[in-house]
Amino acid sequence: MSPRIVIDPITRIEGHLRIEAGLDASNTITAAYSSGTMVRGIETILQGRDPREAWAFAQRACGVCTTVHSFASIRAVEDALGIKIPKAANLIRNMMLAQQYVHDHVMHFYILHALDFVDVVSALQADPKKTSDIQQSISAWPNSSPSYFADVRKKVQTIVDSGQLSLFSHGYWGHPAYKLPPEINLLAVAHYLECIDWQSQVTKIHTIFGGKNPHPNFVVGGVPLPIDMDGDQSLNAEKLSVIADSIKKLNDFVDMVYIPDLLAVAPYYLDYAALGEGLGSFLTWGEFPEGDIADTSKYVVPRAVILNRDLKNLIIPDPRDFDKMKEYVARSWYAYKGGDGVGLYPGKGETVFNYTGPKPPYKHLAVEGKYSWLKAPRWNETPMEVGPLARVLVLYASGNQATVGLVNAVLETLKAPASALFSTLGRTAARGIETKVIGDLLPRFYGQLVAEIKAGNTATFESSRWEPHTWPSRAEGFGFAEAPRGALGHWIEIKGGKIANYQLVVPTTWNASPRDHKDQPGAYEAALVGTKLAVPDQPLEILRTIHSFDPCMACAIHMFDADGRPVAEAGTGFNVVVEP
Amino acid sequence: MSEKTVYESLRESGLSRRDFMKFCGLLSGWMGLEFLPGVKALAATPEQVAEALMAKPRVPLIWLELQDCAGCTEAISRSQSPSLVNLVLNSISVDYQETLMAAAGFQAEASMRATMEKFKGRYVLVVEGSLSTAADGVYCAIAGRSGPDILREAAASAAAVIATGNCAAFGGLPKAAPNPTGALGVGDFIKDKPIVNIPGCPAIPEVTTGTIAHFLVMGTLPKTDRLKRPLTFYGHTIHDHCLRRPFYDAGKFAESFGGHGAREGECLYKLGCKGPTTYNACSSLKWEKGLSFPVQSGHPCLGCSEPNFWDGGGFYQAQSAPIDRPTAAAFGLAAGVGAALGAAMAGANGLAKRKAGKTEPAEPKKAAE
Repeated sequence: MSPRIVIDPITRIEGHLRIEAGLDASNTITAAYSSGTMVRGIETILQGRDPREAWAFAQRACGVCTTVHSFASIRAVEDALGIKIPKAANLIRNMMLAQQYVHDHVMHFYILHALDFVDVVSALQADPKKTSDIQQSISAWPNSSPSYFADVRKKVQTIVDSGQLSLFSHGYWGHPAYKLPPEINLLAVAHYLECIDWQSQVTKIHTIFGGKNPHPNFVVGGVPLPIDMDGDQSLNAEKLSVIADSIKKLNDFVDMVYIPDLLAVAPYYLDYAALGEGLGSFLTWGEFPEGDIADTSKYVVPRAVILNRDLKNLIIPDPRDFDKMKEYVARSWYAYKGGDGVGLYPGKGETVFNYTGPKPPYKHLAVEGKYSWLKAPRWNETPMEVGPLARVLVLYASGNQATVGLVNAVLETLKAPASALFSTLGRTAARGIETKVIGDLLPRFYGQLVAEIKAGNTATFESSRWEPHTWPSRAEGFGFAEAPRGALGHWIEIKGGKIANYQLVVPTTWNASPRDHKDQPGAYEAALVGTKLAVPDQPLEILRTIHSFDPCMACAIHMFDADGRPVAEAGTGFNVVVEP
Repeated sequence: MSEKTVYESLRESGLSRRDFMKFCGLLSGWMGLEFLPGVKALAATPEQVAEALMAKPRVPLIWLELQDCAGCTEAISRSQSPSLVNLVLNSISVDYQETLMAAAGFQAEASMRATMEKFKGRYVLVVEGSLSTAADGVYCAIAGRSGPDILREAAASAAAVIATGNCAAFGGLPKAAPNPTGALGVGDFIKDKPIVNIPGCPAIPEVTTGTIAHFLVMGTLPKTDRLKRPLTFYGHTIHDHCLRRPFYDAGKFAESFGGHGAREGECLYKLGCKGPTTYNACSSLKWEKGLSFPVQSGHPCLGCSEPNFWDGGGFYQAQSAPIDRPTAAAFGLAAGVGAALGAAMAGANGLAKRKAGKTEPAEPKKAAE
């Protein structure tokens, strides 16, 4: 076997991810293996509980993409029980999710992704006057004076001189793959620091409607906060004003900092416009219903599959299609009754633990066999990429005007061909484009909410099916969310008022999936092949492509049987196999 | 010594002595927290704060993420005062934090190792997420090492351990029935170190940063209750300072989400609120600069700062109502177990309240020589 490098932990992501990659003589990646190394068993824990509580458990799948599992969960329960939520509640949910996108994507760009492209130490060489000139040429952001940037440089200098580099300790500073001039590095470091303060003040939509962030509260049937313009604890004019201010603050940072920075940094890394494509096939479940949630034609982001870059023929996938939506475990630490060759529909999934990996401490995983806690979800036996690039392509292909305009403008600015979208840089640019498109939905949803209130439609909760005695004895439901990281689906079965089966197929399970029964790699694994490492023991290039997907591992791994026994024998009632 | 004190660093960054003392005054005022109802003063003078910051290099901090969701990391990034930027630039050195740090792979591990060696006995260990002890630790492996292995080593040379979030404090969600991975809280595993628990799901950002700030200034961990939670933040229940409390006292209860009582802001007790038995600072500190907290936003308190709250008897069941623990039947347990759990939780809370004022402070420990 060729030399294999290991990166574990992959940092600046949510959760625990390990990448092993084989290199040829020129240090180019010939094969990559993506492994999730932490499990908690959330689906096991959900068995037998009150379905109205499932959102709280599921939400804790992830604290970075907080809220998204709650959306999928309450929608799954509402789907199963036939609950139609009031219009105002739907608009409030849309606003909560849109805020999550803007907050999460900006956080990702600066806090999780930027240091792959920005050399913090190089910023010390910057001329603050030149940085100021650059800043003033790219946007009207007020923090732009030479003295402002001199001050930021001094802060960095103080940290470096102290010998305690804190979060910047042991970074790949000075790596030959860093290409930005010192002045742009300084600009980006300033905005890295500003981003931390900004993001701490713009989760107000969650805090008002959910009481806190991360992990705001939700309720099956609507939203917890009532609307009453004459009430002092309800949604009233004062709270609406806080929300309006917060929307402006969210979008100002996108317009004046995030997008200009993205366009200032990208020209130095155009080699990544031809690297890191991966699969070329994409899936979205769709998001932002503006009418009845059952009517997918009223979604802002359509539900679609793109196969092999074919933007002309969008396919509408059915999440309830037993034959097409399946998970495989040939290379995952699980065993199916039917063997490693079969795939199972998530609603009827089996999960029997089958850890065949080495006992810790270990140096390498046995990647020829099973090597991950992630299953391999496939649509029609085909691996899919999900996330911002998938959504932007679907929006573009379906003629969403805002998206078409932004994509064309970005390609023109970078003088890049349309094929550049299918790349590491394309993925990172798509996240920015999507942030702008969805951020601009916030004022629209806000306006729609105010119109509903004016029309007297202030109901926020549908109570007729709250009590379990109103439920059918058996019900199945599908709930979804287009999480910032991609298509998320929850499948629930309710029997006798309790959860009989609960399954999650989450964005990072798609993107970080291991190989499958046909030896087809997952999106990360495919995207890394062909990447050349300048310094093999400082694999900055791998981090760039992996971070472009924005991994979320805690979400991706959630189920298994702790004792490794068939579930029926274990007697836990876990993941009961339901005969069709 | 080449290490610089916080004072020296601040001076070099252009701060005058006069400004420095002003900063210390502000920090001590913040430490006092006198403006907050129900939050006890920590009684640090500006001089004490100044002394603390001038005597030491920035205190190194290692932040381990075990079986976590990174929600407590996200939370601390939203701390208003002290802000994360302020803490990192001025007071602490975060030498290992997987979600935020620049380095990856073995360079990340090298950063942790360097701190453990250079600052032996002087760094603060923060733990987020529960510890999986089953099956030789294969359910949570980082850099090919098991969670227990990593935690044991990192705790051995730490000056103090801060368990942030319910998972690290008490086992949290992974420990919820049937606890598939054998999850534990940090204190169930590390017995020979001063530990302070900052439970919550997630922990309130200012409670975590406030506890770190207390350690920086006082050199000790704050006084705690019997569950090792700082009294200053966990000395009262959500109910004690709840803005809906007058409705409880008047016997006015919301009967349904979105109904008349909910619109009037009446008490959420009947909708399942766990505020009366939940010790935390949500109703006094609130979230995002005092903007709101769950009960204010119309949802009953889940009780997320208490041990085993996930199995505490149903989020939408009033505490005095008969408890129907849904998992009891499904997992073949005796029907009474759920009720017993709920009762035990309430009992533990009652005990915590009675004993709160009398417990000993956590073992004092010097932050640095």
